[in-house]
Amino acid sequence: MPEGARKIRVTCEVNGKPAALDAYPMARLLDVLREELGLTGTKEGCGEGECGACAVEIDGALVNSCLVPAVHAEGAKIRTIEGVARGDRLDAVQQAFLAHGGAQCGICTPGMILAATNLLARHPEPTDAEIREGLAGNLCRCTGYVKIFESVVAACREAEPQP
Amino acid sequence: MTMPANSRLIGKSVQRKEGREKVTGSARYVDDLTFPDMLHGATVRSTVLRGRIIGIHFGDGIPWNEFTIVTARDIPDKNCVALIIEDQPCLADGVVNHPEEAVLLLAHPDKYLLEEARRAVRIEIEPLPAIFTIEDSLAKKEIIWGEDNIFKSFLVEKGDADAAMATAEIIVEGEYETGAQEQLYIEPQGMIARASAAEGVTVWGSLQCPYYVHKALKGIFCLPSERVRVVQTETGGGFGGKEEYPSMLAAHAALLALKSGKTVKMIYDRAEDMAATTKRHPSRTRHRTGVTREGKLIAMEIDFTIDGGAYETLSPVVLSRGTIHAAGPYLCPNVRVRSRAVATNTPPHGAFRGFGAPQSVFALERHMDRIAEAVGITPDELRRRNFIHQGETLAVSQVVREKVDMEKLMARAFELSDYHAKRERFRSENAGSGAIKRGIGFAAFLHGAGFTGSGEEYLASEAAMEATPEGRVRVLAGSTEMGQGTNTIFTQIAADALGIAPDQIDDQIEIVRPDTAHVPNSGPTVASRTTMIVGKLVESAAKMIQQSLIESGMLKPGYRAEEFASACASYIAKFGSLKSFAKYEQPKDLHWDDDKYQGDAYGAYGWAVYVAEVSVDMRTAEVRVEDFVAVQEVGTIINPVLAAGQVEGGVAQGIGLALYENVVWQQGRMINGQMTNYIMPTSMDVPPIRVWFEEVPYERGPAGAKGIGELPLDGTAPAIANAIAHATGIDIRRIPVTPEVLAEMMETVHA
Amino acid sequence: MRSYLPAYELAAPRDLADVLDRIAREPGAWKLFAGGTDLMVLLEAGKLAHKNFLSIWKLPELRGIEIATDHVTIGALTTYTDVRRNGTLAGEFPLLARAAAETGSIATQNRGTLGGNIANASPAADSPPALLVYDAELEIVSTRGTRWSRYDGFHSGYKKMDLRYDELIRRIRLPRARQAWKQYYRKVGTRRAQAISKVCFAGAAQVDAGRVSDVRLALGSVAPTVVRARETEKLLRGERLSPSVLRAAQEVLAHEIGPIDDMRSTARYRRRVSQNLLAEFIEMLSQ
Repeated sequence: MPEGARKIRVTCEVNGKPAALDAYPMARLLDVLREELGLTGTKEGCGEGECGACAVEIDGALVNSCLVPAVHAEGAKIRTIEGVARGDRLDAVQQAFLAHGGAQCGICTPGMILAATNLLARHPEPTDAEIREGLAGNLCRCTGYVKIFESVVAACREAEPQP
Repeated sequence: MTMPANSRLIGKSVQRKEGREKVTGSARYVDDLTFPDMLHGATVRSTVLRGRIIGIHFGDGIPWNEFTIVTARDIPDKNCVALIIEDQPCLADGVVNHPEEAVLLLAHPDKYLLEEARRAVRIEIEPLPAIFTIEDSLAKKEIIWGEDNIFKSFLVEKGDADAAMATAEIIVEGEYETGAQEQLYIEPQGMIARASAAEGVTVWGSLQCPYYVHKALKGIFCLPSERVRVVQTETGGGFGGKEEYPSMLAAHAALLALKSGKTVKMIYDRAEDMAATTKRHPSRTRHRTGVTREGKLIAMEIDFTIDGGAYETLSPVVLSRGTIHAAGPYLCPNVRVRSRAVATNTPPHGAFRGFGAPQSVFALERHMDRIAEAVGITPDELRRRNFIHQGETLAVSQVVREKVDMEKLMARAFELSDYHAKRERFRSENAGSGAIKRGIGFAAFLHGAGFTGSGEEYLASEAAMEATPEGRVRVLAGSTEMGQGTNTIFTQIAADALGIAPDQIDDQIEIVRPDTAHVPNSGPTVASRTTMIVGKLVESAAKMIQQSLIESGMLKPGYRAEEFASACASYIAKFGSLKSFAKYEQPKDLHWDDDKYQGDAYGAYGWAVYVAEVSVDMRTAEVRVEDFVAVQEVGTIINPVLAAGQVEGGVAQGIGLALYENVVWQQGRMINGQMTNYIMPTSMDVPPIRVWFEEVPYERGPAGAKGIGELPLDGTAPAIANAIAHATGIDIRRIPVTPEVLAEMMETVHA
Repeated sequence: MRSYLPAYELAAPRDLADVLDRIAREPGAWKLFAGGTDLMVLLEAGKLAHKNFLSIWKLPELRGIEIATDHVTIGALTTYTDVRRNGTLAGEFPLLARAAAETGSIATQNRGTLGGNIANASPAADSPPALLVYDAELEIVSTRGTRWSRYDGFHSGYKKMDLRYDELIRRIRLPRARQAWKQYYRKVGTRRAQAISKVCFAGAAQVDAGRVSDVRLALGSVAPTVVRARETEKLLRGERLSPSVLRAAQEVLAHEIGPIDDMRSTARYRRRVSQNLLAEFIEMLSQ
């Protein structure tokens, strides 16, 4: 059997809580989140960073977790879909997705919501072009993007002002 | 029976029933589930087009004793995944007939070691001659299936096409082709199985048709119905791609589970899913059409062929629908449609939204624009002179019962898209030397909802309902939610039928997860039938519950919503339970002749006119859809947001079919099976899509609704193709219109 | 996920000196791992042959953008997002900013790096044509010291480059020399976003009274390496722009590139589009 790496311990913060993970250094962050932490909200759609279903935030930056090795999570602040709502209180984007039909089968939705909240954090009043670009890395096969777009626009209008 | 109030929820954009789980990431798809002591399963596949298996070699360096290994020899009963006929083996036995055919299954607790093991198995195959084009199959270059490579053929005749053609003043011919298209649901296929001689087989997975899987497993494991259980997990898109294939995957997982004695999970990665599972049937259509000098259709000869891949699977039904839709929403007194589904050594093609109609409608609508040109009238004038009306007969000799008004739909579509002005403006602007040419085009089409002919009668679908003492209503149907809105639509229908208050539907209505142990067989979730056929059964079941309550005196007609719960409690206290059961009844006035392929093909049709506006960059031959208008009549709209969502999503898939989604084949194998290289539209590739519904209630549908899901796939690609032709003057004959193909055609024109 | 994870090592070295030391002492044993946007794709596909990697992702010595009077010097681990957000780069080096904006998606841009892009040496990469037009130079370091190499000619063949086993790209330097030039960048991909390039064209020229006093042209995805279209430049240099000059330039360009048929596109298409983009570039110069 091929020999090689041993598992390493990665200390980080996930959705505001400290986490200690044992993982092979090249393990995908996607798998570590899903399997070690049981956070199955982040999805695998393509395994090559094309579909965005695995999108999470690392230190505020949107990344495809299927392309991030576990060792790079060391010391990072990670946010997944499970960390978007505050307890029972849904984020404005989540509420808008519900009100405007932004989710159909739902598999792209976690990544899409991460991309949308990340976009709004960077551009609180995005132009249409900025919205399209911000979501361009998240593929959706069900909606044709129309109601996702409408949801994000609605969320901008309803979002709380930044402190 | 009277309803307590007029519809409170029909026509409202009620929020998605399972929406909260989806936006919080708590919805559980099959790969989100784990079981204790679970094994992972993998499939070892043929790399060869066609051949004889002469050996299976297990490489060094793998602890094979730790693995569960399954071959065809381990199959308890019939080695076949039953669909219509029984020609597709569950595991190849002695021969393989297409690349990626499953030969061997492996299971192990460590999914990484499993991958190493998969790579270490070598299947030695002695190649046999193979074919992979429609032409070679028809030419019988090699007989690879049956006696003549033909899975199925149809002949539809109306009037006398030969005689009429001889009198035609103008005859227009053309050949049109469509390529394969991958469904590309963002959640790949997956199944989890548990099996033992004592308990039978249980599977959980991503699927559209729990009872199809159920039937397939019964056959493979030789088990009675009650010892096979199929549970649908939250399904991340299907589009037909999870109509038949899940049966194969479920069987594989269950075989491994049976042999290992453990629960086995099999999840395909994207590459395997694209390479091995079904795609839209490629097609070739030949039209020969005779018209009068004024452009009235008098004879249509249509020759329609689809490539079914290596096994029959559902090809006859895809062929059927394509055949029936081949002559469109037009009145032509003399029609002959000859069609066939042929075999090639590629992975079998299968169901994909539209199911044969996108193929034949593309051909027809491109052809109609060419006929208009030959006659010297506008494309819309040609349609106007030939649109079918109520009381007239379609090509399959079906008398149109509905009050169809295609002219009105076309007028509305033109109004919303500013068609006429743009048609003229682009024509004059394109004459200049600019690098961007613009075009606008349309397609007029119809789509039959429900199973063809006697199909619904054969399915004999059922739905059930039961009430709890707390007044909670449980809807029991085998129809699956996969994003299209089944759960929400059923909730609205049931709530309105029972007079349950809109703000109580979350608590009072439960859509039971499709699980063959608990829900009846409502037929497959396909064919745009879920709202129209099964929704009607849900409505009926609800009305029966209401009837029971009223007849027993627990409720009075005109009752208030708040009274419903206590009435249920009283009824159940007195009678023990409150249940109802609805079964499909074929309307007596629908008649279909399976031999002549004539008669009432569908109970109802959706009717539509779609307009596409494109820009073509003449330097790069890139086509961009700039604007899109989708106008349709599909009966009453139960939920506007869901209905529009179906159209918008379907149009996006149609844009992919028209421009981007090119399956690159090399010797029967798809070589661009990664999302990097198989291109579906991103948010930057889809234009604003304006959707309009003309509502004409269909009296046999629940609250007047008809089917909607597949309709958008029929008209999107031809509208775009016609727009490209308008922009560039190039005669588009096949999709996808990739820049490479368009550039070649441009060079030919300007050489 | 088609690789046997336990077989892979991804070590996190202390600092740059540690990295240089290791790759010098153990020739060929270690490969460098930056953002991982290329390597992780190979890993998932079961195609990552090499097993031992050193992660340089967090090394501060490889980050940072320095603005000097005559040059801008960019750390090799500068991400595409960093490039887009830097005012000087966006203002004075618009082709590089455009390349960064058209690479992958926001998520990819947050992890993809310029140095990684160069070292991966994909002929379809989006930044190399811009770097060539800007006369980029690479600072290459090893335990033996530092050297500067022109990026032009750095790639000698498909996936080959002028980098010894013990060397690492530390910085990329761009002379601030093109501000007054007219600049053009166009990537023709498989779709509007998240697209691999079929043809990528970067061009810049100094035009005085209708005459091209100097020009740089570079193309991606049309040869085994990024192409500096020297012969086409030579033809254009000193010429007055006209349709016949354009036609002659297109002829020469067609012979300077070596596009192929692959699953994304065809040689014929790539050649024709390259010529058409040259026309678009020339047209822009004439305005």
